[in-house]
This record gives sequence, structure tokens and C-alpha cells, in this order.
Amino acid sequence: MKTGSYFGKYGGAYVPETLMPALFELKNGFFKHIKTREFQKEFMHYLGEYVGRPTPLYFAENLSRKLGIKLYLKREDLCHTGAHKINNAIGQVLLAKKMGKDRIIAETGAGQHGVATATAAALLGLKCRVYMGTEDMKRQALNVIRMEMLGAEVTGVDSGSRTLKDAINESLRDWVTNVRDTHYVLGTVFGPHPYPTMVKKFVSVIGKEAIRQVMKKVGRLPDAVVACVGGGSNAMGIFYPFIKLEPVRLIGVEAGGLGIETGKHAARFATGRVGIFQGTKSYVLQDGDGQILQTHSVSAGLDYASVGPEHSFLRETGRVHYTYATDNEVLDAFRLLSREEGIIPALESSHAIAYVVKHAGEFRGKVVVVNLSGRGDKDVAHVSEIWKGVS
Amino acid sequence: MNNNQVIEVFKRLKDTGKKAFIPYITAGDPNLKQTLEILDFFANNGADIIELGVPFSDPMADGPVIQRAMERALKSGTTLKKILQTIKDFKDRYSVPIVLMGYYNPFWAFGIDDFAKAARDAGVDAVLTVDLPPEEAKGFTVLLKNEGITPIFLATPVTDEKRLLKIRGVAAGFIYFVSVTGVTGERYALPEDTEEKVGWIKRNIELPLVLGFGISSPKIIHEFYLSVDGFVVGSALVRRWERACLSEEGISEFRIFFIEMAQACHRE
Repeated sequence: MKTGSYFGKYGGAYVPETLMPALFELKNGFFKHIKTREFQKEFMHYLGEYVGRPTPLYFAENLSRKLGIKLYLKREDLCHTGAHKINNAIGQVLLAKKMGKDRIIAETGAGQHGVATATAAALLGLKCRVYMGTEDMKRQALNVIRMEMLGAEVTGVDSGSRTLKDAINESLRDWVTNVRDTHYVLGTVFGPHPYPTMVKKFVSVIGKEAIRQVMKKVGRLPDAVVACVGGGSNAMGIFYPFIKLEPVRLIGVEAGGLGIETGKHAARFATGRVGIFQGTKSYVLQDGDGQILQTHSVSAGLDYASVGPEHSFLRETGRVHYTYATDNEVLDAFRLLSREEGIIPALESSHAIAYVVKHAGEFRGKVVVVNLSGRGDKDVAHVSEIWKGVS
Repeated sequence: MNNNQVIEVFKRLKDTGKKAFIPYITAGDPNLKQTLEILDFFANNGADIIELGVPFSDPMADGPVIQRAMERALKSGTTLKKILQTIKDFKDRYSVPIVLMGYYNPFWAFGIDDFAKAARDAGVDAVLTVDLPPEEAKGFTVLLKNEGITPIFLATPVTDEKRLLKIRGVAAGFIYFVSVTGVTGERYALPEDTEEKVGWIKRNIELPLVLGFGISSPKIIHEFYLSVDGFVVGSALVRRWERACLSEEGISEFRIFFIEMAQACHRE
């Protein structure tokens, strides 16, 4: 496994000095434990018996017929707690416990990572606090209740745009303060080294399974793999094992919000520039003076101003193609998958579906795998309000 | 060149037994015109060095008081370019060293090459980049040093032997010791082992050491007077400045506090 802190020119560890010893401790702890049979065994045990892995690779027959492609859905929505986030949360909380930490903190946007972390904390017996922007708490009220039921303390963040980036700022402030006994369970392939590498390791089980399953079902590799990209953990999870398999096209879909031209979006690769934000060097939506811009997306989980550094690298090398889907396209895809397949997807995952719907013509007869990273239960109230507003 | 002005301050004070008083203010809070006035006031009332904060939209190492100050500064259209102009205007009249404190992205967005040159032209003496630990600082540090600007690094209560070597390898001017694990903000008291930790760092790094974070009263300055070479006073001032912007009483309260803190650093 790669142990350096950079992916090409992206990555690094840009944090206040107070966090440096903790990052070293984490790096050493991670690279030590991840290699041991004991950790692997325990991790795989929980993924199998508790999370419910392997998740199915489901052939979406109705939608395939409609679109004229062969569409397979990697059903991360069927993971315990309803999204791929649990894979990383279990891995990190297990690690934190091995490192002797008795308290964990996490940020959350859509609430899925917060729920996953609260769940892992309940399972493994650690104290847990989750920071969440008050704007997101409104959008994702159900997840707030779930976290509290799981015994986590949810702290609303009322600064800045009151969304994911502000929750990360507040988590970093907590970590700086309680660095001696606290582990920060960062929810995506972002932040300072070793987080992007560590989170990738914990979620790459998705892609490994997908390769095995598609080989078994189709007898060959897929033509394309599509995933939504916020911080980019579900995308990295499914892309990473495919990276060496050159003929497979990899496509990352960012949040196009109300449209790139409106400025109200979270498509970092569309209009962002390289910058340093929340611990890492990557593409960032920022103004000319280096101030971070407020973003917009119908999905809280993609509503973020930067993107995992390895995604910036994969874009630069051309291995992954990044594009975006707008809120309206996403809402149509959300409805389509619900009606055609009886699967209500998370708004985040609906971005990947929206891309496939829009580009179905290009993929005629081809095998396409979409990472259905989460289920949409958390979004039904929000979407139903939007639909009422429209009609 | 102005590169040794920071060092000169500590030399001068050492002979008198006094400590460096280093007040902090966020540039552009609430606007740059008032920042220039406040810099004048600092210079005329006992500041040995001035720490000037560059506002950033996402100040992850700052507590609520400085977060609000940065929000006000950004709201009034403060940019790094305009801040450098304000420093230049100040430096035309005063020689008090200026330490620019900021997060890396605004420097990066300016272009670190161009920034180093522009900062020199403006008369900036030192730069402290909060989220740039020694490992990531190499390129920026060289650019600054080439322009005669001193890069300042932090040490903390969790600095261990390994970190100390890293910090010693890059540090210049003075060591900024962060008194607590935490964000900027006032504290009633500092951790019990502060003196011990500071002593250990001073024995291992031959640079002046200043204490920052939580310096909220003359009492704390008295307590650590013999252990350190200077004190940074940030949130305690910024909070009073926030009030000073609202009322006349606030202004006199701010001034009185400032002078008390300056006097506490300059024991006769």
C-alpha cells in the first residue's frame, strides 16, 4: 500500500502544529494494524456479519430495458444504516479502539456518515459526538434523530454556510482541543494524510466485490463504472480496484446544483482551482482571494467546496472522467429509479443515475455499473416538499 | 532590509528585563481604515511587535471571537492585497515589526512567489501560517527568507521530542508557544505544566519564546513573566475591540485593557 502523503501534487497534511503528533500517531497506528491478521479478521467479521457484505450487484432489468443498456447497481444502499459510509466508520472506530482512544467525533453532511459513526461507536462502546451544520440538520432531520437514538451527541454548527464544511471546521476545532484522547472519524477520502489513504482502504471493498460479481454475472469487466463524487469516498471505493483495469471507463459525477452558470453548485472540477483547504491540497471552489465559496446542491452529502486529493490526481492523469448532474436531472433520476426498480436512492447516488440516463445513447448495449451508495429514506420528506413546490 | 527587526526587539528587551508585548488584531475588522488607526494606537502605546491576522472564510484554529472578527473583515471587502497596502501606510510612519498571521490558502491564491515579494515591499517582517507545519512549509519558507521575511513556527503542549527536532530545523525569529491544546480564545488559567514545557523547549531551541492563546489578563502575564520572552494577546483584545466598535465606553475599556497588558509585559 502506498504510504506517502501525496498523490502527484495533491494531498499533504496542512494542519495546525497541535494536530501533527495526532496525525503521526494515526498514521503509525493505521499502517501497523491494517497489516495484522487480527485487525483484518475483525474488520471482515463486522463487514460480513454486521454490515451485511457482500452487497448485491443487482441487474436493474426494467431500467436497462428502458435505457437500452445493461445496468448493474452495486447495492451499498443495502448496507446496515443505509449507505456505504458504515464500511469506513467501522474501520476507523475499530482502529481508534485499538489505539486506546475512548472518544470519537465526526462531521456529517447528509447525516449518513454521522449515523454510521454513531452506530460503530454504539457497537464498539465508545463515546461519540457528531457535528452537523444547522442547515443540514433541517434538510436531514431524520438522521439527527437516528444519531441521538444511537446514543451520540449531535452538535449543531451555526457558522458559515451551516453545512458540511462548517461541520468539518468545528470537528477540527474539537480535535485540536481534545487531541489526546479523541479520534476524529473523518467521513471521506479528504483531509490531511493519512485520511485519504486510510478511508480509501476501508471502502475499497466495494470495488473488489464489484469486480468479482460482474465477472461472475457477465463473464467480463464492465464498460463503465459510474459514481457520485462529494468528498469522493464511495467513488474511490468502487473506482480504486478498477484503476489498473484500463479498458473500464470510470466516471465521477459532481453536484451541478442549479447549473454551473448560476454559481450555485458544488462542481469543483468545473470551476474550481487548486488550493489548500481543511488539511489537503486539491481542487477548491474559491474566489480570487482564496476565500472558500459557498456551494449548493439538492443533496447535502455532495454540498462541499473541495474534493478528495486523489480524485484531483485521477482527473489530471485522465484515468477518471469527471462531470456533473444538475438538481433537476437528479430529481428526475430519483423518481425514475423509484418507479422503475422500486429502489428509492439517496439524492447523492441519484447523481450517478442521472448521468447514466442522460448518456444512455453512448452506452447502448454496454455494461454499466453504478455505485448506488445510499438509500433515499433520509431524502423522502425533502424531495416530497420540492415536488409539491413544483406542481 | 528589515529582516532582523524582530530579533532586534528581543535583544533590546533582554537588556532591560522586559518582555515583548505582541497584540493581535484581525486586519479589516471592521474595515481597513480602522485597522490603520488601531495599528497607530498599538505603536504609540507599547506594542513591541504587532500580529496582524489575514481574514479567512474557514479559520479552523480560531475560536468564536476571532471567527467573528474574520467574518466582519471579509464582509467589508478586505483582501490580502489591501492589507499589504495598509501595512505599507503604517510602515511609512512606524518601525514596529509586523507579523502577518494567516491560513495558507489566501497566500497560495495570491501566488506564494508574488506574495513574498509584495509582503517585503509592504514592510512585513514575519509570517506565521497557521495550517502550514514544517513538513509542508519548505517552498514557502525559502521564498519568504529570500525576501528577508522571517517564517514563524508554532510549538504546542503536545510537542514531543520528534516534533521539536522538526520545528528546530525550520524555526526563525521566535517560537510561538501555543499554551493550550485548542483554538484561540481567552482562558482563566493555563495548563499546570506550561512552565515545564516552555522550559524544555527553551533549553532545546535557542530562540526567544513567546506565549500565546488564552493570555486574558495581567495576572497570567505575571505568572509566566520569568519563563518566556513575550506574550501574544489576541482574543481578549479582539473581544474588547468588538465592543469598542459599538460604544464610547467600549473604546475606553479597550484602551485601558491594552495599556494594562502592555504595562504587565514591561515591568520596571
